[in-house]
Amino acid sequence: MTKQEYTITVYTENQIGLLNRIAIIFSRRKINVESLNTSPSEVDSVHRFTIVINETEDVVRKLCRQIEKQVEVLKAYYNTNEEIVWQELALYKVPTDIIAEEVKVERLLRQYGAKAVVIRKDYTVFEVAGHREETDTLIKVLEPYGLIEFVRSARVAIIKNSDGFHKKLKSFEYKEPGEEVVENEYLSENEKVFSM
Amino acid sequence: MDTLELTKKEKTATATENISGSVAVLRALIAENVETIFGYPGGAIMPIYDALYDYHDKLKHILVRHEQGAIHAAQGFARVSGRTGVVFATSGPGATNLVTGLADAMIDSTPVVCITGQVFAHLLGTDAFQETDVINITTPVTKWNYQVTDANEIPHVLAKAFYIAGSGRPGPVVIDITKNAQLQLFEFKGYEKCEHIRSYRPKPIVRKEYIEKAAQLINEAERPFVIFGQGVILGKAEKEFQKFIEKSGIPAAWTIMGMSAIPTDHPLGVGMLGMHGNYGPNVLTNECDVLIAVGMRFDDRVTGRLDKYAKQAKVIHLDIDPAEIDKNVKTTVSVWGDCKETLPLLTELVEQKVYPQWLQKFKDCMEKEEVKCIKPELTPNNEVLTMGEVIDILNRLTKGEAVIVTDVGQHQMVACRYAKYNNSKSNITSGGLGTMGYALPAAIGAYYGAPDRPIIAIIGDGGMQMTIQELGTIMQFKPNVNIIILNNNFLGMVRQWQELFHQHRYSFVDIQSPDFVQVAKGYGIEGRSVCKRDELKNALSEMLNSKDSYLVEVMVGKENNVFPMVPQGRGVAEIVLGKDEV
Repeated sequence: MTKQEYTITVYTENQIGLLNRIAIIFSRRKINVESLNTSPSEVDSVHRFTIVINETEDVVRKLCRQIEKQVEVLKAYYNTNEEIVWQELALYKVPTDIIAEEVKVERLLRQYGAKAVVIRKDYTVFEVAGHREETDTLIKVLEPYGLIEFVRSARVAIIKNSDGFHKKLKSFEYKEPGEEVVENEYLSENEKVFSM
Repeated sequence: MDTLELTKKEKTATATENISGSVAVLRALIAENVETIFGYPGGAIMPIYDALYDYHDKLKHILVRHEQGAIHAAQGFARVSGRTGVVFATSGPGATNLVTGLADAMIDSTPVVCITGQVFAHLLGTDAFQETDVINITTPVTKWNYQVTDANEIPHVLAKAFYIAGSGRPGPVVIDITKNAQLQLFEFKGYEKCEHIRSYRPKPIVRKEYIEKAAQLINEAERPFVIFGQGVILGKAEKEFQKFIEKSGIPAAWTIMGMSAIPTDHPLGVGMLGMHGNYGPNVLTNECDVLIAVGMRFDDRVTGRLDKYAKQAKVIHLDIDPAEIDKNVKTTVSVWGDCKETLPLLTELVEQKVYPQWLQKFKDCMEKEEVKCIKPELTPNNEVLTMGEVIDILNRLTKGEAVIVTDVGQHQMVACRYAKYNNSKSNITSGGLGTMGYALPAAIGAYYGAPDRPIIAIIGDGGMQMTIQELGTIMQFKPNVNIIILNNNFLGMVRQWQELFHQHRYSFVDIQSPDFVQVAKGYGIEGRSVCKRDELKNALSEMLNSKDSYLVEVMVGKENNVFPMVPQGRGVAEIVLGKDEV
């Protein structure tokens, strides 16, 4: 099995220490976390982790099970890049005088969908949301014009064929779950159960 | 619906009272039917100990000599009784001394709740005296942990702690309570047991279609083989399991942790799996056509080399923990769920069968093992005492009724290979972590978990010296613990490996021991040392008949090895019966 980028989406309770509990699942196995984001989710009181790693599917599946095993984790999903819509946000600080002089830069920025967040006499901050390659390319473009600072956020991702967590959460709140709670969708989807 | 229920509860709640966080802790323990606490006081847990002063008629506290002893005792208690063990320890070193036991309880799925004191909340993160980051230190070795800084949380958090520790796949829980929360007076509205946490699913849903698929595979099998682990004991599914193998007629082998779930002399019980398990179960794992794993986790000491493990077989795995399925061995059919529920469903669907020829293969293997390993161990033809003959005499004296608590090393393997058990929860040992020093404190705890059963701790000369201070606990609280030290004047298992795989380079394994009998005497414990065969039975009888704890040291052969053995890095079928085959 070959390694590829997987995005793990984890729905959790909002609890101090849970970030560590999840992080050590990766570090214990010496797996590098490419990006990690925590945020609220579509459901009030439920937290959402978005974790990107580069691994084989077998490893990712096992990791998800280990994550889901944690008491305060509601559910963990993993997806390939084809199965998600994702963005990363990048900020670029450049000297305003150069930007103002160089018409080329303005055109470039338009080409990359950049937006000015702050314009001051001494510097301007641009923002770009996009995939890694897109935000990376703009670094190269801006470097010759004196890029002062650059920072990029973790990935946030939406699973294309997910119905969100509202319905699912209800089933979690019952003591005896109904049949609609499939414990792990991947088992039935990918015929992982009956294969050798 | 939830809000409705809440208001109802609020209305029915009668007079509330103001109590301290410390008293709330003790009330919670009483509500959880805890009777025995293993612990050691210190600065940051003093309010709880102060409250305990008034509760000593309801809660027995066993003062150990080291916090590691407390948690191993709680483990022994839990393993023998099926209940949750409880530990008190103070902050800083008190809490860090628990870590080995937590790791042990985590890997062996033992329900333990540890309550640790912590510095005042306003001192957290200031490197205060005896402050340590207990939550982060214990995160990888706990099923759940939580820091309480406000007494109002205590009833709810402790209810959660007991629920999590004991349900599903059990495990250790640490509750770290800051000193201010222990002292704080708050409005106590009563204690309610926790029965549901929305993010926690202790048992996966049983899916009938997989049980049907499993039954079909079993019914079509010609050489099915059952391997089972502690899940059967933890699920209290011993009867269900026995019915399953008896109806299906399938030979069954146990892992070290599953041992005693069925009587060791059960006609379908074919022995122990693993590195020093029996010959047949190991070799025939690679000859069966359907391998049915029940409540076990395919540890590397059981599987040997994974790419040479049961490759020919279709694998059915019954486990309560979804993370165990497909973790090490790919399954053909996985049956998620509590085996107490899944086994009867499976039993119903399997055909009544017998496999005389297949069973004969196990018997043939046993004969081979008998000649090369068992006979020389149990009836040696020289004067040197073996560990096996000690166990053999114990079997005859206790008739399989004893609880045997072992430490880690050669004596552990020999004890597990030869001990006979009639009852479940009789074999208490550190399986996954291999913690030397486990046996003595665990045996103390086992006594409080099963005070009417004979408790026998079997310990090596190395392991004995790791927690020897717990003799002091025995001296003070007088649990009846029979202690057998199998002394070969070596760290035997490491020496065996050095002999077999490191060209006899005995590097730091020649450990010196004190005069154990004299040490025991110092603690007021009677004992004797035995080096001759004709004294052995007498000494062991004397020990078992003694009303108080008693120590027998048996001087056994210095360089005896444990065989059979699956050498590391080899497949189970490459198991060797003696030195000449290594």
